[in-house]
Parts: sequence; structure tokens; C-alpha cells
Amino acid sequence: MRSLWPDLEPLLDQVQRPARYIGGEEGAVAAAHGPGKVAWLLCYPDSYEVGLPNQGLQILYEILNERGDATAERAYAPWGDLEALMRRQGLPLFSVDTHLAAGEFDILAFNLSSELVYTNVLNLIDLAGVAVRSADRSGDDLLVGAGGHCAFNPEPLADFVDFFVLGDGEEVVGEITEAVVAHRAGGRREVLGALAGVDGVYVPAAYRVSYCGSSTVVTPRWVEAPDVVEKRTIPSLGDWPYPKRQLVPLTEVVHDRLNVEVFRGCTRGCRFCQAGMITRPVRERPAEQVRTMVSEGLRRTGYDEVALTSLSTADFSGIEQLVADVVGPEDGAGGAGCPAVTVSLPSLRVDAFTVGIAAELQRARRTGLTFAPEAGSWRLRQVINKLISAEDLDAAVEGAFSQGWRRVKLYFLVGLPTETDEDVLGIAALARRCVELGRRHVRGASVTVSVGGFVPKPQTPFQWFGQNTVEELRRKIALLADDLRADRSVRLKWHDPEATLVEGLASRGDRRLGAVIEDVWRSGGTFQEWSEHFDYRLWLDAMERHGLSVEDCAYRHRSDSEALPWDHLSAGLHKDFLWQDWQDALAESGLEDCRWTPCYDCGACTGYGIEHVVASATPPAGGSQGTGQDLLRPGPVPVRLLETRQPAGVS
Amino acid sequence: MRVRLRWSKQGKIRFCGHRDAARIWERAVRRAGLPVAYSQGFSPRPRISFGLALATGQESVAEYLDVDLRASGEELYDWAAGMPERLSAVLPDGMTVHDACPLRPGAVSLQEAVTSCTWEFALTKTDTALAAAWVEQVRSADSLPLQRERKGRTTTSDVRSAVGDLHILDASDRSVLVAELGTKPRAVRPAEFLHLIAPPLAAGCVRRLHQWITRDGERYEPLAPEAGALAPGGDVLAAASIDAVPAAQQEVCA
Ligand code: SF4
Repeated sequence: MRSLWPDLEPLLDQVQRPARYIGGEEGAVAAAHGPGKVAWLLCYPDSYEVGLPNQGLQILYEILNERGDATAERAYAPWGDLEALMRRQGLPLFSVDTHLAAGEFDILAFNLSSELVYTNVLNLIDLAGVAVRSADRSGDDLLVGAGGHCAFNPEPLADFVDFFVLGDGEEVVGEITEAVVAHRAGGRREVLGALAGVDGVYVPAAYRVSYCGSSTVVTPRWVEAPDVVEKRTIPSLGDWPYPKRQLVPLTEVVHDRLNVEVFRGCTRGCRFCQAGMITRPVRERPAEQVRTMVSEGLRRTGYDEVALTSLSTADFSGIEQLVADVVGPEDGAGGAGCPAVTVSLPSLRVDAFTVGIAAELQRARRTGLTFAPEAGSWRLRQVINKLISAEDLDAAVEGAFSQGWRRVKLYFLVGLPTETDEDVLGIAALARRCVELGRRHVRGASVTVSVGGFVPKPQTPFQWFGQNTVEELRRKIALLADDLRADRSVRLKWHDPEATLVEGLASRGDRRLGAVIEDVWRSGGTFQEWSEHFDYRLWLDAMERHGLSVEDCAYRHRSDSEALPWDHLSAGLHKDFLWQDWQDALAESGLEDCRWTPCYDCGACTGYGIEHVVASATPPAGGSQGTGQDLLRPGPVPVRLLETRQPAGVS
Repeated sequence: MRVRLRWSKQGKIRFCGHRDAARIWERAVRRAGLPVAYSQGFSPRPRISFGLALATGQESVAEYLDVDLRASGEELYDWAAGMPERLSAVLPDGMTVHDACPLRPGAVSLQEAVTSCTWEFALTKTDTALAAAWVEQVRSADSLPLQRERKGRTTTSDVRSAVGDLHILDASDRSVLVAELGTKPRAVRPAEFLHLIAPPLAAGCVRRLHQWITRDGERYEPLAPEAGALAPGGDVLAAASIDAVPAAQQEVCA
């Protein structure tokens, strides 16, 4: 195996930000390749700056490298300037760890966190030196795999990727490795057959697709393939204290800080949120293990900032105590010998955000504070089941300003089911109200309103909803902008409605969309999630060329009776639970968090014989979810309580 | 109290820019557990002052920086003595600390003090005869006009006096051009130097070999006692100039 570094080095003098190609990060592993080992090239299909911090990829990188039968390196999408030089010189995609050509690996595995990276996936498969279509690959060619949230409807990529992994990857990567070791002598078809038999693994080639009317029916055609592929879920996060050696980049990246995942899963039940739906149930990391991971992580990396990550960190049992512990003693001597550790809580729910947390965060350096009410009226928040009352929001915003924050960022969606202009204008009213509250505490209080277009996602109650047209989204944003024009304390930012549409096409598309993705890629449409590269025309033209209608794919409401392209893939959620939740949404009826109320039997626990793992069965302070209901009424709640004293976590 | 370090940046890490290096240093001083002083204010940072920026892609065996420690007296000397090892252990591959000395209070900052740098240009792809002719042209030029752009305005200045000693060192495996370029009032950058005479000289890797402080006709390195370095008995100048210097450089120093 030969390192491509000598060929690459002269090119790096000619490109922007060459440091993203050199590897050598603190925490990187000197991969020991060897015969018999399965070599994984873990690839994030976007630039290094965006991809390096991805925790999922880092976790699998460590777990695989700890195994005796596997080795893992990393790759990222080279930026256009380097790609052009590489293609001119015939250099393939390479790993940043030891600069090996992608072709030296057995598996090229992608992390799919956004639909807009799909064209990059094709580009990288091509750059790796193999055919982009799975059917055209043979023999010893790389196996192409993918996981991440988008894998819950991978059909648009089904013609290009050999296998998908649904759900948590911690355990299944080992099983995939073992299947490859055991079957590779038997050839590609045998390996794929074995993979199709691994729980949580979906091999598209093992299924036949038929289209009848508006239904898409996917059924097995290989004996190894199950009718429905069920996702994988690790029952306890405490068993997986990863990453143990988070990578510390040598150049600037997004989220450049220590990240410690405090829990996985979320049962707040926001109906628009795919992440919440597909990662159920809630599995908290023992607080003791979090503390150890934070203190060891800070010492090892030299970072002075730590993010406690999850889908809604304020819901973590005992969060106030945890933040206080991480910030350190009152005298200010923080963890790694620096005066203060900054703690950021990336996903804060306003109803669980208390003045106590605000005060603890404030003692450390202040980072931006973002709240996501998502919708501008209580009515619409009931529809989407983001049950935050106006009082909850007032209290949180006032709490923040009273503790010295000067700017609060609010995140909203437009294009939600049943949304009226009144709801949209409610966003402006809410922003103005926040400024007013802020002015009671600080001079120059300001609010940034960030508006995204809603994309209905598979495996959620809104999977049947026809998304708003580009024109409709534009109209709503204009309405809002107009209303806020005179307000100098409110800054409005919005996401491009055209990109929202393309995301929607890829999100709920079927296999036929693959040809469109290939077309857009062949026309040079890569890095589509970067606004300067996004090319709406390419997508519309390709849709037309392949006879697909935007109306059909994204705008129409789907019905109860039709088979959806992802019905053969399961996140545990029963379809009738989702349908009922969709009906409840239309009836403006909210649903409480099943962590603190009786189980609805959505399937995520009951189907897999697992439970919530939390340290406290009481909701966080003020956590009535605004429903005014008694959340503590008795009933069977499948909760496993963590012991209060845990053995020190990181081994 | 302030401690001055000499460090090197070689190999793949040369592709990290100045800002990247600054971030690496902030984390390194924390990881090394040094009693580093922090800036005041909203977002305190370790107090480190870097010298003249090294461009992305360039190597150096003569980088310097000053770091403020919360220590004084004997303790300060102890910390300084341990710094090369402690810091090198936590810096990435290719970054190494060679020397560390406390500075006399009031010592002039690197940015202000350094008056010239010695650079090495790899001439691997260039015909040596061609390079020799180019060097001769620069040597014999009466004036060397350099066009520079700043805030959208183009200015031309004569940098003849900023271009010092030039040598070509020929070895069997590689040839290098060694040049001393002034930094006052504005540094002549290596890339600018190669374009002083058309056609520009083609060069590969660029490496900084020395930074110099010239005062009253004498030349010192930034870790010399004359530059403010305090050595508890021992010849700082010697310590600062010997190790990790490529063979080609000895002639230039002599
Ligand atoms: S199975 Fe019950 S407890 Fe588990 S996530 Fe679903 S509703 Fe909640």
C-alpha cells in the first residue's frame, strides 16, 4: 500500500485551506492494515470543516480501530479546487490519515446527515475509482455503505449504495465486519446476501420495487432479506463512552470544541422532527460518566469549551447540577487550567430552560443562546406538538436577558401543516415581545429570527403532508419580512425556499429519483448544501428529463391507503401510531412526553424490548409542556432508572 | 513574566496557516499544564504573542513566540527549562519547541524587534545555472522596485536595501537559495522576492532559517541576551542556534 502524499503535496501549494487534507489531528489513529482485516474508509460527504466534528463518524472510527479484525480511516469531500487538480492528475479519493487511495479499502462508508449531500456521495464514489451504480461494480470493488438519519428513506440512493445501516451504528459495524470476513471468499453476491441478513442492514439490491398508482411497493427478492428492516438501537449509552479520544483538528472547523453526548433519543414528540422520531427511546448517559468524559476530554484536548449535546439538553435529569459541575468552582479555576470553561447547550427547550441554568451558563463565558419555538402561535405549536406556551417562552427569554445575554436567537419553521398567515405573523409578534422583555433587563436587547422552510420527513407523523410550494414559502417569508421591516432590534434570516424543495424531493423520493441525482451530479452539481453552489435549475431540468413531477413527489398530500417508498424500513414506529398522530395534529391536539406519562405504544420500546433510561422520572422544572395537565398521574411507564452512583464511566 | 520560545514547523503541518497555529498553541499551553496568564475581558485567551506570521505552506526552524506565565524568580526558570519537552509532547507532529528563556521585563516585542529573516528556497525544479544568473541580476541591481497592493491602492517602493546576503548552496541531491530579507519598514515576503526580477525565479518549498535583530550594526537572534533573554548562567546564543539547523545553513551562519 502506497501513500499518495508525495503526489498530493505539490497540489496542496495550489489550493485553498490545504490544512484540511493533511490529517495528523490529535486523536487520529495510525491505522494498522493487514491481511484478513476489513479496511473501512469512513467518509463524510462534505468539506472537512463540516465533516470532521461529526460525532457519529468519530465514534465508529474508534470502535472499528479497537477491533482486531478491522481498521478505519477517514475521508472528506475535497473542495472543488483540489478535486479539479486530482482529476487532472488521475489521483483518486484518499484517506486523510495515511493518504491511501480509496481503492485500497474494502468498504467506503458514508454518513448521510442531509439530503443535499447526495450528489457529493456520487461524486465521491466516482472519485474513489469505482462505478457509481452498484450494479456496475463487481468482484473486489469497494463495497459502498451509508448510515445516518437519511438512511430511513435511502431509496433515492438505492442504485448507488450497496448497503444502508438503520439506527445506531455502535454494534452493527462489528457485525458487518464479521460478515465480510466470513463471506468474502464467496464473492460479492455472497457478501451482500450475508449483509442483508444482518439486523439493521438494508441491501437495496435484495429488493424489488413496483409502482402502482401512487404507491411504491418494495419487497424482498433474495431469501436472506427480511420483509421489513428494523433499525438498531443500543439499549444503554453508558456502555458506549465514545468518542474517548475526540479528534482535535489542526485547522478551523465548525463546532470546534469538546462535544459530549449526554443522551440519545427524544420523546418530546415534535411531529416535524425526524431526529426525535427515529432515535427513540431516551437513553441518558450516567451523569458521573458525563463528568468524567468532560474533565478527561478537556484535559486531553486543551479545549476551553464543551458542548453537552443531545436533541434537547435541558431535559437531562439534573442538568443544573451537571452544568454547575462542568463550569467548575465559584472561584473560577476551570478544568484545564484556564480561567473558565464555556459550556454550550446546543438544543435548549424553553420550557425546560430555567433561570438556574441561565445563571450557571452565564458564569462561564456567554455563548449565543438559541431557542426554537418553531411556530408563531400556540395553536400551531399544538399541531406540531411543540408544546411551549407563551408563558414558557417569556420566562426563558426573560431568564436569559436577566442573566446578561444581549441577543437571543429564535428559530422557526414556515410551511407547517394547517399554517395560516396569522400564524406566520405570530412569529413577528413573538420576536417583538422578546425584544420588549429584553429591554427590561439590558439596553440594546436584540433578537435574531431564523426561518427555515418545513420539509416533511419520512418516519414522522408529517410524512403524509404535501410540502408548501416554493412560491408559497416565498410569499410567507415576504409577509414576515414586511412586517418586521420597521423593527431594528429584530434581524430576520431565512433559508432558500428552492433548497427546501430539493431537500423535500430527496427526502421522500423513491428509487426513480436516483436518475435525477445522477444527472445533477453529472452536470456538475456538487456541494448543493452550499448556497453559492446550489443550482435549482439543474434539479428542475433533471426532474423534467426523467418525467418526474415535483407536484407528485413533494407537493401532494399522501393518503392513508398508499404504500410509501420507505414502508419496508422501520424506525420502530408503528404506521398506525404515526397516522393517528397525524390525525391528532390536524385536530390541534398535543401529545405529552412518554418519558413522564404512560406509554403510547409507538413501538420504539415495545417493539424492541427496551426502555427509556433516565436518572429521574420527573420532568424538568417547569416542564408541564404547557399543557396544564398533571404529568405525574400513575400508569405503566417503561422507564429504567439509572442508579444514582455510577462507577466511573470512561474506561 | 514573559518567556520566549523558539520552535519549528516542518513537514505536513506547514500547510496550517498562522491562525491555525495560534489555535494549536492555545490548546497546547493548556494541555501542557503551564501556569499561563490570561487576557482580561469577556472571552479570556492565553496571553501569547506571535512574531512575524509565516505564510501557509512555508516551513521554519526559527519561529518565535512570547508567552506570559503566572510565575517569577526560580520558579519561572524551572518552568522555562521544562517547556521545550512539555510543549513538544503535546504539539502535533512537525511542531517542536527547541528553546525557552525568560525575558527581561521591558524587552522589545518580536514584531517590533526583528529586522530581517533568512530564508531558504528549494531550487529542485530549476536549472542551477539559471538560478545563478537570476541571483546575479538581483545582486547587481541598483534598485529593486516592488509593486504592492494595499486597500485597493497600488504602491511601488524600492526594496533594494531590504535584500541582503544571497547564496546558492549546491548539494548533490538538492540546491537551495539562501536569502536574507529585511522586515522594516515593511517585510519583503518570500513570494515577492522571487518576483523582483522577471522572469520570476521558480522555487519549491520555502523555509525560514533565522530571524535577526540588528542593532548598532550587530546582529542577534531573538533568544540572545542582547535581545532580552535571561539565561541563568550559560550561553543562550549558542543554545539558540545549533540544533535542528540544516547542514546547508552552517555556512550562512558562519
Ligand atoms: S414505546 Fe412508549 S415509551 Fe417508548 S418511545 Fe414509544 S410511546 Fe414512548
